Amino acid sequence: MPTTVLISGLVLGGTYALIAMGLTLQYGISRIMNLAYGETIILFAFGAFLLFSVVGINPLLGLIFILPVAFALGYGIYGIMMQPLVRRSVKTGNLEVDSILATFGLLFVIQGVMLVFFGSNYTSYNYMNVGVNVLGTTIAANRLLAFALAVLIGGALYLALAHTRWGTRVRAVAVAPNSAPLVGIDVNKTARFAFALGTMLAASGGVMISMYQTFTASMGVVFTMKALVVVIMGGLGNLMGALVAGLLLGLVETFVATYIDPGLTLAATYLIFLSVLLWRPSGLFGKAAR
Amino acid sequence: MFRTVLAVLFFVGALAALAWVPTQFGAYGVGLLLGLTGYVTLASAWALFSGPTRYVSLATVAFFGIGAYTVAVLSETLPYPVILLVAAAIGLCVALVVGLATLRLAGVYFVIFTFGLAELVRQLVTWYEVNVTGTLGRYIFLPISGEQIYWQLLALAAVTIGIGWAIGRSRIGLALKVIGDDEVVAAHAGINIARVKLTLFAVSATIITLVGAIQAPRWTYVEPSIVFNQTISFLTLIMALLGGANRLWGPLLGAIPLFLLFEWLSANFPNHYSIILGLLFIAIVFVMPQGVLAMVEKLWKRPARSVPENVPVGKEVVQ
Repeated sequence: MPTTVLISGLVLGGTYALIAMGLTLQYGISRIMNLAYGETIILFAFGAFLLFSVVGINPLLGLIFILPVAFALGYGIYGIMMQPLVRRSVKTGNLEVDSILATFGLLFVIQGVMLVFFGSNYTSYNYMNVGVNVLGTTIAANRLLAFALAVLIGGALYLALAHTRWGTRVRAVAVAPNSAPLVGIDVNKTARFAFALGTMLAASGGVMISMYQTFTASMGVVFTMKALVVVIMGGLGNLMGALVAGLLLGLVETFVATYIDPGLTLAATYLIFLSVLLWRPSGLFGKAAR
Repeated sequence: MFRTVLAVLFFVGALAALAWVPTQFGAYGVGLLLGLTGYVTLASAWALFSGPTRYVSLATVAFFGIGAYTVAVLSETLPYPVILLVAAAIGLCVALVVGLATLRLAGVYFVIFTFGLAELVRQLVTWYEVNVTGTLGRYIFLPISGEQIYWQLLALAAVTIGIGWAIGRSRIGLALKVIGDDEVVAAHAGINIARVKLTLFAVSATIITLVGAIQAPRWTYVEPSIVFNQTISFLTLIMALLGGANRLWGPLLGAIPLFLLFEWLSANFPNHYSIILGLLFIAIVFVMPQGVLAMVEKLWKRPARSVPENVPVGKEVVQ
């Protein structure tokens, strides 16, 4: 059934696009290659799970609590961990490697915390798990809701970046971090804000994933990889590219899972990753980010 | 010349002493020594490539796991030495493919790719085992004692450090240092960057594969989630970084205290193990990004004469 694959692929791709947008904000604007990104996603998936199963708040309302917490977490992490590295990199110029190493450490910290609190079992909960008919295909309502949320949040972010004064400032930092201060932009503040915003997107992605998928504390790496693949496919720091590439990845994964073998989806992701790297390292859409 | 002979003699003497040590310990001591030597080799092999080029490879466990799994699959069909050769050959092939595909790219892409490589290999092996052979775990019954594994690892560690020493004094070592400092300069100086990097990456990955293959008989039971455990990449990296990845003895110096610390931690804080590890790692990245040896050297030199801070390090890599 090609339409089934098409629709469920797009729905899955919506989540990928959203989490990739967060990563592209963090890397494109704050210059932090965050290897703990997937762990952040899972952390907030557990958060949504706790809210739902212990307190009884549904994930949609839960977002109201989770998003500010995520923003604060990102803001704090950048202030405590990344800022010293950024300051140091003025002299040594290896922020990229330093941030990769530091967030690699962070990955183990977050994963360890989750293992202590939640154990290593697969976790899931039942929320809006009913079939809805879309163009002749049946899709779980929670997946559809996740897609709608992804479109809403992603669209709002895109509009904000493209049409507000704040968005212009952020894009200026992405394009020319050295020249941005010349026109009165506080690069450090913008970078910190972008990092926190990226964490917030990761959290919303985590909440969505928790609505329709089982997850474990050690699953973060897979999401980091998927987000990275999407970011590189779309071009570093390119929000629109991340959106399109995310949808594309969702489609490819669903195609592979349906027609070839569900166990080979990650291999397919990798194949795309490699071919993009070799063929167009600057992303599918246009010129190099820097 | 005399100093070199003396150093070689000392090296051989130390090796002989180390080879004799396990006969004095019980099973626990041998196990400890074995694990320690394994990590010394891993960290040294990792630093062979990543130290001078500054390409951070997070794929250690991918190769380690490939080695261990090869032994698990072939242990009942081939004689042991042949299995090791096969494992090394597979590791070499994978390294060449990965290297050819990613080493021409900028550093970040390489890091990202190696980061996911372990997960990819793990999923492919799992898929293969589930769909083709129908089982997930495998047993290894090889008549190899702890001492024998230790001796093999010790030999491999000596070879690895020997290679590091030889590279440091050869043209390829010089080429590597130039690449690490500035790739553009290296290209203009007529260095074939891709080939040098690929060679080193392949050598380093093959050694790592062998460590996995040699250690495999220790486990008796092997499954993808055991041998492709990201913690191995992580430990290797943190050890090499602590000691100093661009010093010959750095990884060894980093591996010994950290390995003992990890042993103690995993015995006493099994649940909070990875949190402590992560924090420790972050601390190392913050406090001494160049490693202990470089820091000691810096402190040593400061009172003697004031050297400008950003003189490229390199001369003192190998004495």
